[in-house]
Amino acid sequence: MTAPLLEVRGVDTYYGPVQALRQVSLHVDRGEIVTLIGANGAGKTTLLMTVFGSPRATVGEVYYRGEDITRVPTHQIATRGIAQVPEGRHIFPAMTVEENIVMGTIPIGQAHLDADRQAMFELFPRLKERRNQRAGTLSGGEQQMLAIARALMGRPELILLDEPSLGLAPLIVKRIFEVLKEVAQSGKTIFLVEQNANHALRLADRGYVMVNGEIRLEGSGAELLSNPEVREAYLGGH
Amino acid sequence: MDWHILGQQIINGLTLGSIYGLIAIGYTMVYGIIGMINFAHGDVYMVSAYLMAITLAVIHFFGIDSVFFALLLTLAVTMALTGLYGWSIERVAYRPLRGSTRLAPLISAIGISLLLQNYVQISQGARVQGIPTLIEGTIRFGSGEDFVQIKYVQVLILVASLACMAGLSWLIGGTNLGRQCRAVQQDRKMAAILGVNTDRIISLVFVIGAVMAAVAGVLVTLNYGSFDFYVGFVTGIKAFTAAVLGGIGSLPGAMLGGLILGLLESLFSGFVNTDYKDVFSFAVLVGVLIFKPSGLLGRPEVEKV
Repeated sequence: MTAPLLEVRGVDTYYGPVQALRQVSLHVDRGEIVTLIGANGAGKTTLLMTVFGSPRATVGEVYYRGEDITRVPTHQIATRGIAQVPEGRHIFPAMTVEENIVMGTIPIGQAHLDADRQAMFELFPRLKERRNQRAGTLSGGEQQMLAIARALMGRPELILLDEPSLGLAPLIVKRIFEVLKEVAQSGKTIFLVEQNANHALRLADRGYVMVNGEIRLEGSGAELLSNPEVREAYLGGH
Repeated sequence: MDWHILGQQIINGLTLGSIYGLIAIGYTMVYGIIGMINFAHGDVYMVSAYLMAITLAVIHFFGIDSVFFALLLTLAVTMALTGLYGWSIERVAYRPLRGSTRLAPLISAIGISLLLQNYVQISQGARVQGIPTLIEGTIRFGSGEDFVQIKYVQVLILVASLACMAGLSWLIGGTNLGRQCRAVQQDRKMAAILGVNTDRIISLVFVIGAVMAAVAGVLVTLNYGSFDFYVGFVTGIKAFTAAVLGGIGSLPGAMLGGLILGLLESLFSGFVNTDYKDVFSFAVLVGVLIFKPSGLLGRPEVEKV
């Protein structure tokens, strides 16, 4: 059996004295779409940031392609083939759309810049229209697309997405989930953190449910969707 | 109003202002990237004047007679050594305190400032030091009593400052390294996630600031010929004023603020009173802080949600 692409083993993470993650273990295999759902403050974002070593896990390990990356400096994680689309998008507001896209190439250099940028403009035509505009002037949905494009520019094998649907109109959320499906079909592995459990579980192969910093449930997307506990807590009970 | 006095003071003001601008770059870039004022920066400028004089003496000792070559070599060596000072200050006074309260690095920077002043005072003596005039000659416009003149060394100051500012604007605005600097400035955590070595970028910014201060130190010393261990204090605060005036954190703001402050100070000296020119400059600082704290080109700080 081959090792999973990403494996988190027994991780505890603290913010100062506050424990945010308790003995979290999960894994993401190559080519999968895995989702992590949970309420606000459950520790989902902390888990993604722990993969990037900021904050670092106090107990436990994070493995990527079978290598222990728990203590690798944050800025070297991207070079290993992991990209993150963080909560709140975190585009560089004073840079142009194009410069934001170029920022994504740091892990691999600019050898594929022209072709990849062209591909991103085909995936998100809106970004092409606004390529010379300051990214801070984009709408929320456009910023989200820019953050996804930026992550893809580094040709990562694994993409971590933190609540890409947060605060966006339903039509745009639909479009973003379509894009994620296309990205997955192109051979990328996706680990998706969401509060929008309905969309996320429909897209995902497998899912985990996090409560108060612990993994409470796991199963296939369909299993979790039909689980009464999940329906009650995250899908509005109907 | 005498046109020639006005013209002369404008020339003097632009020269002085471009020096302020060069030093202000160090304040503004460091503030832009870590949100803190480097209070040791004025003393880095002071150290560069000493390094310049020592390098010049060494070059003279080796019998290099060409003034052009000697100056070029002196400039290069001074820039490199002063850059090393900037790098060390970040390593010693800032990096160990990253993530602690904002007050801590402020105090450690003041500590470095005192350390540099006292170290130079003890090792080089408290007396005013000097170098011989290397660049002589002036260009004179007008005749008789009413003339405007610009010294060759002033021309050099203007040209060199302009070249530095143009070069730096290109570095920050048009290169990959500059883009990474701006990324760290706008969102340090995200820059690290994307693979930017943020510690290295912060070091680089301290080095750039110190190198610009070194250029200013070399140019000022060429112009005035004398310096002591205390020159960094007033000049540093003036340059800081320039950075605030232009909008701290903004690179073009530092340059613009420097030029405006230099002009104001020079015109005040020429038409009102020379003794109170420093008072006037700091009154400008107070006025900017009261009426436009974000400066001319600065953006008001927006709380990130």
